[in-house]
Amino acid sequence: MFGAGGGTSSYEEIETTDLIVLWGSNAREAHPIFFHHLLKGIDNGATMYAIDPRRTSSTAWADHWLGIDVGSDIALANTIAREIIAQGLHNEAFIAHATTGFDEYRASVEPWTLQEGERVTGVPASAIQDLAHAYAKAETAQLLWTLGITEHYTAADNVFALINLALLTGHVGRYGSGLVPLRGQNNVQGGGDMGALPNKLPGGQDVADDVGRARFEATWGVELRAEPGWHLAQMFDAIEGGDLRTLYIIGENPAQSEADGAKARHALESLDCLVVQDIVMTATTELADVVFPAAVGWAESEGTVTSSERRVQRVRMAVAPPGEARDDIDILVAMANRLGHDWPATTAEEVWDELRSLSSWHAGMSYERLEALGGLQWPCPDESHPGSKFLHARLWEEPSGGPAAPFTVVEWRPPIDELTDEYPIRLTTGRHLDSFNTGVQSGRSRAPRRKGATIDISPEDAEHLDLSDGDLARVTSRRGSVVAPVAVETGLRDGLAFMTLHYPDEVDVNVLTLDKWDPKSGTAEFKATAVRIELEG
Amino acid sequence: MDLRNVTTPPSDRERVAIDRVLADHGFAETDGTPGRTAIGGRSAATRRDLLLPALHALNDAVGWISEGGLGYACERLTVPPAEGYGVATFYDQFSFEERVEVVRVCDDIVCGPYADQLIAGLDGIEVERTPCLGRCEKAPVAFIQQPGFRRTEIAPASPQSVLEGEPTSVDTHIGVIGEAVLLARVGSVDPESLDDYRGAGGYQALSRALDEGADAVLDRIEAARLRGRGGASFPAAAKWRAVAQAQGDKIVVCNADESEPGTFKDRVLMEADPFAVIEGMTLAAYVTGAERGFLYVRGEYALAERRMIDAIEAARAAGLLGEDVADGGFAFDVEVRRGAGAYICGEETSLFNSIEGLRGEPRDKPPFPTQEGLFGLPTVVNNVETLVGAVAITMDKDGNSKLFPISGAINNPGLYEAPLGVSVAALIEAAGGPTSDVQAVLVGGAAGKFLLPDDLEVTLDHGTEPPLGSGAIVVFDTATDMEVIVDRIARFFRDESCGKCVPCRVGTIRQVEALERLGNGGAERETLDDLAAVLRDASICGLGQLAAEAVQSALDLQLIGGRSD
Amino acid sequence: MITIDGVDVQAPVDATILEAAAKQGTEVPTLCYLETLTAASACRLCVVEVEGARVLAPGCSRQVEEGMVIKTRSPRVDRARRMVLELLASSVDLSLAPELLELAEEYGAAPERFGEVRAQVQLPVNIDNGLYVQDLSKCVLCYRCVAACGDDAQHTYAISVTDRGFGAVISTEFGVALPDSACVFCGNCVAVCPTGALIVTTEYDMRQAGTWDEELQTVTRTICAYCGVGCNLDVHVQDNEIVKVTSPFDHEVTAGNLCIKGRFGWSHVSGPASPD
Repeated sequence: MFGAGGGTSSYEEIETTDLIVLWGSNAREAHPIFFHHLLKGIDNGATMYAIDPRRTSSTAWADHWLGIDVGSDIALANTIAREIIAQGLHNEAFIAHATTGFDEYRASVEPWTLQEGERVTGVPASAIQDLAHAYAKAETAQLLWTLGITEHYTAADNVFALINLALLTGHVGRYGSGLVPLRGQNNVQGGGDMGALPNKLPGGQDVADDVGRARFEATWGVELRAEPGWHLAQMFDAIEGGDLRTLYIIGENPAQSEADGAKARHALESLDCLVVQDIVMTATTELADVVFPAAVGWAESEGTVTSSERRVQRVRMAVAPPGEARDDIDILVAMANRLGHDWPATTAEEVWDELRSLSSWHAGMSYERLEALGGLQWPCPDESHPGSKFLHARLWEEPSGGPAAPFTVVEWRPPIDELTDEYPIRLTTGRHLDSFNTGVQSGRSRAPRRKGATIDISPEDAEHLDLSDGDLARVTSRRGSVVAPVAVETGLRDGLAFMTLHYPDEVDVNVLTLDKWDPKSGTAEFKATAVRIELEG
Repeated sequence: MDLRNVTTPPSDRERVAIDRVLADHGFAETDGTPGRTAIGGRSAATRRDLLLPALHALNDAVGWISEGGLGYACERLTVPPAEGYGVATFYDQFSFEERVEVVRVCDDIVCGPYADQLIAGLDGIEVERTPCLGRCEKAPVAFIQQPGFRRTEIAPASPQSVLEGEPTSVDTHIGVIGEAVLLARVGSVDPESLDDYRGAGGYQALSRALDEGADAVLDRIEAARLRGRGGASFPAAAKWRAVAQAQGDKIVVCNADESEPGTFKDRVLMEADPFAVIEGMTLAAYVTGAERGFLYVRGEYALAERRMIDAIEAARAAGLLGEDVADGGFAFDVEVRRGAGAYICGEETSLFNSIEGLRGEPRDKPPFPTQEGLFGLPTVVNNVETLVGAVAITMDKDGNSKLFPISGAINNPGLYEAPLGVSVAALIEAAGGPTSDVQAVLVGGAAGKFLLPDDLEVTLDHGTEPPLGSGAIVVFDTATDMEVIVDRIARFFRDESCGKCVPCRVGTIRQVEALERLGNGGAERETLDDLAAVLRDASICGLGQLAAEAVQSALDLQLIGGRSD
Repeated sequence: MITIDGVDVQAPVDATILEAAAKQGTEVPTLCYLETLTAASACRLCVVEVEGARVLAPGCSRQVEEGMVIKTRSPRVDRARRMVLELLASSVDLSLAPELLELAEEYGAAPERFGEVRAQVQLPVNIDNGLYVQDLSKCVLCYRCVAACGDDAQHTYAISVTDRGFGAVISTEFGVALPDSACVFCGNCVAVCPTGALIVTTEYDMRQAGTWDEELQTVTRTICAYCGVGCNLDVHVQDNEIVKVTSPFDHEVTAGNLCIKGRFGWSHVSGPASPD
């Protein structure tokens, strides 16, 4: 945010913050050790609000839970903003000093009265008001989110809506106050930082920036495109449109992880050539023309990963890879050489040192320092720099360093997959504590309480639909249907159902989901599917 | 909190019992809009202190604590079931197996000789042997718990009186050497009448305090050198002053968990002069600025608890507790909390944990209760007798007066009042003398020391030998097998150890074992001395620290074993 | 200024005796104490003599006070420690607590003096899940597991000390099996257990089979592959196979704690294993 794609705060800050707002995140299960830090904050006296359609194990720790309608996050954020402004609780000095676009923003949220917010989000006006006041009045506040915010076709706007709240109240750029997206995978932050984004080069360098790009071109000895590449959803569109015929997938299982899974598999099957590099056989490797067996990144090879607090840490080889499996770098170098280049064998540290020469965020992070200090948080511009606990302190500097932080006017749009009499139930998705994504890694390990694939419904719906625990139910969306055993969950309300993506071999939930994606981020609308549920058989 | 609740549902009686006790304590569920808002986290877990009352409600209502009942109590109070179970199993009075009723028969050092015969006469009834029930003057003693909230103390107990369930009347024999200060009203006023209490000079101390101010009260108590009567002999004025000087919310706790074997003085005060206890707490509250008071009464004192609850209600109705106490411009009220069969909860920090709904394990000191006591707040914690003493001192009575419960081989067992400095011999004489030749006298209860017949001229006071302890005096005649007595004392500490610290958890059981080997002629003195050393030096609390005192004195006086070295 | 073993030491106001002694270079033995947990003051192994005090003070929890004169060794201290070790060694199986056994030897503990017929903690080994084993005959009741499961880390509260005195034991509610309890199988209790009373199943099985050999093991620090929190893992490897995963106590991200995925979710590395 504000030019740096990373959470602004460190985990330690939540331990002493005054207010915790957890929005669209079941961190208790999806980020358990981060949640330990959050619990320390609670133990130290922080008040917690949680916003989630479901009453999850995370929200059970909140002093106040707001059970929002799926996909109404922008409405809630704008209502909070309007209430803060209407009561004069916004931080006028900070807004004047460090931001732009406030007047337009204020005008845009003006229609979002508490009553309007309640109408759209389903959350009682008084609860929205409480949260607005608590957030605005807190000395320090941490606003955290996960996929409940970003797995929507309005993903980027959802994030902007939250950033707006921080700008409105000055809850950013100070120790204890910040905006923290919790990353779902161990190196999704690092992957982005290393340039695995369509519009970025390593170190957050925009591809369109000629000066910056030139440095990379000089170092790499190649010419780089100034236009962004495709993100994942665009790639699938390109496959469908015939523009993309060869795909090289490293460590992903899109045959099971993509929304509208039947369509995704069909696309992968239609390719001229599919190369998949992974640590184990998956549903995707089964579709591949060539499979490269890879060493397990975290246990069989050397390198770094970057966490949700921008902490770069070393992964190391604990065991030798089995059989013909090879380190990802070795495979890439061999690929390059087979394609006619002349790349020398390279160690992870050599690759890293080159990155350090190009990225000011990472310049100070030698392997030696990462080892000695237990990791470093970027930006870390030189070898005497201790790393950065939090970002954007410049917003509070006098005069404000660098460009002002813009408010972004965002409009609420309802989920695309409309609820109708035919599809009356909102299905949302998420994770279980003891499983991970499509289960490629976690599914092989024991978990005594692993629940398995179920369609979770509220007690009210169970009664309407005459379903009980263990019944087989057919779940049907506009795209397909699956059969799953019913689990009645008190954490769900009338009209709200839940499934996880962990067990695609048992129940392929992504047959149901919608692949409509956010044009800004490429994320699909995993969280909001309209379904009907009926007894199977 | 994301607790995993017990899935077994409670029975209707269990549910009603829990709902009622929580409602009685002003606990209402904070529910939000279903499906939309909810109160959770720490905000939902604010009344853990109602766990023990809830456990009592279950045990009283149906006679035991079932999985469904405990689960429901935990769910209502947002307490993790494992912790609820850990707390419940801490106490002797709770059963985890279904039962109709239980008769607890004291087999401690005074009642012990009668226990076997009594139990034999109760064939077909569930009986549990129990440590001292605090009615030693009328040994033997039994305590009956029956479903439907029926709890009955029986003394003296016979198979017939137990089967009839005839409750005990309050007629503990009392005697006084010198002026009656603490026992002035005992037996002469109606304990159920506030008017009677006032007519006998009650609440004059509070009036005087209101007239003269808190400092005057403090000065008077300090000048009278009132020291704690629970056994630790800590100057009362120092505690009060420390809490008075602390900022913020404060608490007054009356420690009525009288469980020291041979001790029944606080019971008599509560049964016969309950308003004096309340006045004492109110005085402490006025002086310290505390607005909340707790009286923690042992679970076997059913009558004393009843009397205290009734007296508190009467005082509240008369404006002597509540928002504006005696129109004195200060607020104070008292809640009664009942123990559940755990001697350790008489240790002040264990008592705090017990009230807070935690296991009754002691805390490290420091911090001391005056710094961080109940609920982490500065707390005055005083024994019943100390508080009644403070009332008397405020009215210029002798602060040196002390209660001595005397039982065993004595002609007139009962409760005696005498000035500190009195000799053991004088007390025994006041109690009508021994029933036969004295073999030994135990002073201060199980945590105290033995005296030989030749040593009875020794005087009793704070800080002198033998330690005053609770003031209990138990006389053993020459027919008594002292090995049995000492063994019972050692088993008492083994059974009552909370188990938290190694010296006490393992040391008390090793002490019992070593005594048994000693009885069989083993050379165990060195082992017993080492055990005594680690118990005294390294245990967390007074229970462990004093767990070898009586054993050591019995060894030193060659009442048992003789010197093996 | 305080004095430790005759040496004047400057210690911060809120330091414990243990910390002050460590700063001065004096090691005080501990058992129940662990830096990442609230001191339980339960084992009493770390007691020291404070001049003027009636009883010995637990070094782990007693804070230093200006002018305090402390002896970390004295006949009184040594006797107490010897007795604590004797009491433990006479009642609990310490075979997987080599450091305690060494201390017992150093202090001359003679547990056999308590005779053949003595109470001992003898409980059946509980194997009710595939991830860790409870062998409570090795439990010294240090309260670490309860703290780690509870307020000091996991906040799951699946276990508590139940019952009282020598019969006190770590248990779930009504002793239900762990999979039926609140346990989420993070193994954070296992991580803090000092005596092997809680032990991961892989280690337990290898020890039973006689194949566990720490001399043959390497421990490699890396980062967990699940989620984006960045938990440090110490991967214990024997014969090129992962045998156990732990986390360093001195790293700020985890403080030694992990979730079920981090601690137990590594089967995809060692090749196919059957789930459950």
